[in-house]
Amino acid sequence: MTTATSVPESAPPATPRTAAWFALAGGKHAVVLGSFSLAATLLLALAYGLTKAPIEESAREDLRHSLEQVLPTGIYDNNPAADTLQLPLNGRSLRVYRARQGGQVTGVAFETSRKGYSGEIRLLLGVDAQGKLLGVRVLKHTETPGLGDKIEVGRSDWITRFTGLSLGNPPEAQWAVKKDAGAFDQFAGATITPRAVVGGIKDGLQLFAAHRQTLLQEASP
Amino acid sequence: MSQIRDIMADGVWRNNVVFSQMLSLCPALAVTSAATQGLGMGMATLAVLMASNVLVSLLRGLITDEVRIPAFVLIIATLVTMVDLAMNAWLHELHKVLGLFIPLIVVNCLILGRAESFAGKNSVALSALDGLAMGLGFTLALTLMGALREMLGSGTLFSGAANLLGPAMGVLEMRLYPGEGVLVMILPAGGFIVLGLMIAAKRALDARKPAPQAAAIPAAAVPS
Repeated sequence: MTTATSVPESAPPATPRTAAWFALAGGKHAVVLGSFSLAATLLLALAYGLTKAPIEESAREDLRHSLEQVLPTGIYDNNPAADTLQLPLNGRSLRVYRARQGGQVTGVAFETSRKGYSGEIRLLLGVDAQGKLLGVRVLKHTETPGLGDKIEVGRSDWITRFTGLSLGNPPEAQWAVKKDAGAFDQFAGATITPRAVVGGIKDGLQLFAAHRQTLLQEASP
Repeated sequence: MSQIRDIMADGVWRNNVVFSQMLSLCPALAVTSAATQGLGMGMATLAVLMASNVLVSLLRGLITDEVRIPAFVLIIATLVTMVDLAMNAWLHELHKVLGLFIPLIVVNCLILGRAESFAGKNSVALSALDGLAMGLGFTLALTLMGALREMLGSGTLFSGAANLLGPAMGVLEMRLYPGEGVLVMILPAGGFIVLGLMIAAKRALDARKPAPQAAAIPAAAVPS
C-alpha cells in the first residue's frame, strides 16, 4: 500500500499575515480535529441515550428467557426474574433468582463461572429445593467455534444431560470428565471446555449445599 | 462503464483484500473456523465498510491532509459504536449472532485502508461501490476459507446458518461425512495452512490468464 497511498507534499496555501501565527501553530488542523471529536462525542452521547432503554429491555428479556430454560414453568407462580436475593460471597455478592409456589421456595437459579479454553464460561444453573439440577445453560463463552461451542444448547444436547443430577448422583468424586476419571463425556478434541463446565456446575452445587438454609428460608419479599 | 467494472473486479477478485492485499488477516484467520462465521463477519464488515466509505467521501473536503488519519479513525470508531448500539437495541437477535464481530471491525485495517486509499479521494457513489466490491471480496474470501476449514475439520458445511440467516436458511446446513474431521484445520494452525493454500491457488489461477490491465483508478490499485 505504501507507494499508492503516499500523499504528495503540497505547498501550504497563502495565508494572510494576520493569521500566520494561527497557521504556524497548526491551528486549522486543531480546529478540524477538534470539531470532529466534538461531533463524534455528541453523536455517541445521542446514540447512547436513544438506545439505553431498548438495550435494557432486551437484556431483561434475555434474562427472562434464560431463567425459563433452567426453571421449569410448572414449579412456580411468581416472577423469578424479580424475586432476587443477594447472597454475600467472599467479598462479592451473588444474585440468586428464586422460584416460589405459594410462597415456598421451590427452586433457585444463579450464575457460576469457570475459566475455559479461551476466557470465562458463564453458566446459569437452576437447582430445586433438594439440590437437584433443574437445568443448566451457558450464558456466555468465547470457546473455539466448531469445537468448544458444543456446550451451547443450540449446537449439541450435551448440556441437557446434567438435568436431574445432583452432588450425590453421580458421587461427588465423579463430578469430572472421563479423562479425569469422572462420569462425564468430553468432546472429541476438546477436553478443557467440558472440564470447565463440569467444574463450574460442581462449584454451583457445592455453593447451593453450603448456603441452602439461607437460600430456601428467606421470607417472601 | 469500465470504471464500475474495474472497481468491482478489483474488489472482488483482482485486488482481493485477503488473497491479494493481504490485509485484515487477523479477522480472516480468527473467525473462519466455520463457513457461517466467515459469512457473518464478511456481511458485518461489508455494511460498515460501505457506510464508512460514504461518510469519509462526504467529509473529505473538510479534512486536512495532515490530520486525515486521526479523523478517519474517529469517523470509523464512532460509526461502528453507533451501529453496535443500534443493533443491540433494535435488532437484538441479529446482534446476539453478529455482536461478537462488530467490535472487531473497528480494528480491521481494511476499513481504514479503503478510507485512506479510495474514499478520501473519490466521489460518494464510487466510494460506496468500492466499499461494496471490497466488502464482497472480503466476504467471499472468508466464506471460502471457512467452508474449506469446516469441511476438512468438522465434516460439516454452513452449520449454524439458521442462527445467522433465519430458519429458512437451515437447508444450507450439511453434514458431508460422519464423525470428526482433521482437528488441526479448525485450530489456528489450520487457518494459516488454508490461507497459504488459497493465496497460492489464486496466484496460480491469475498466472494462467494474461496479465490484467492496469486499474482505471491508480489510487485504488495496491501492489499485491
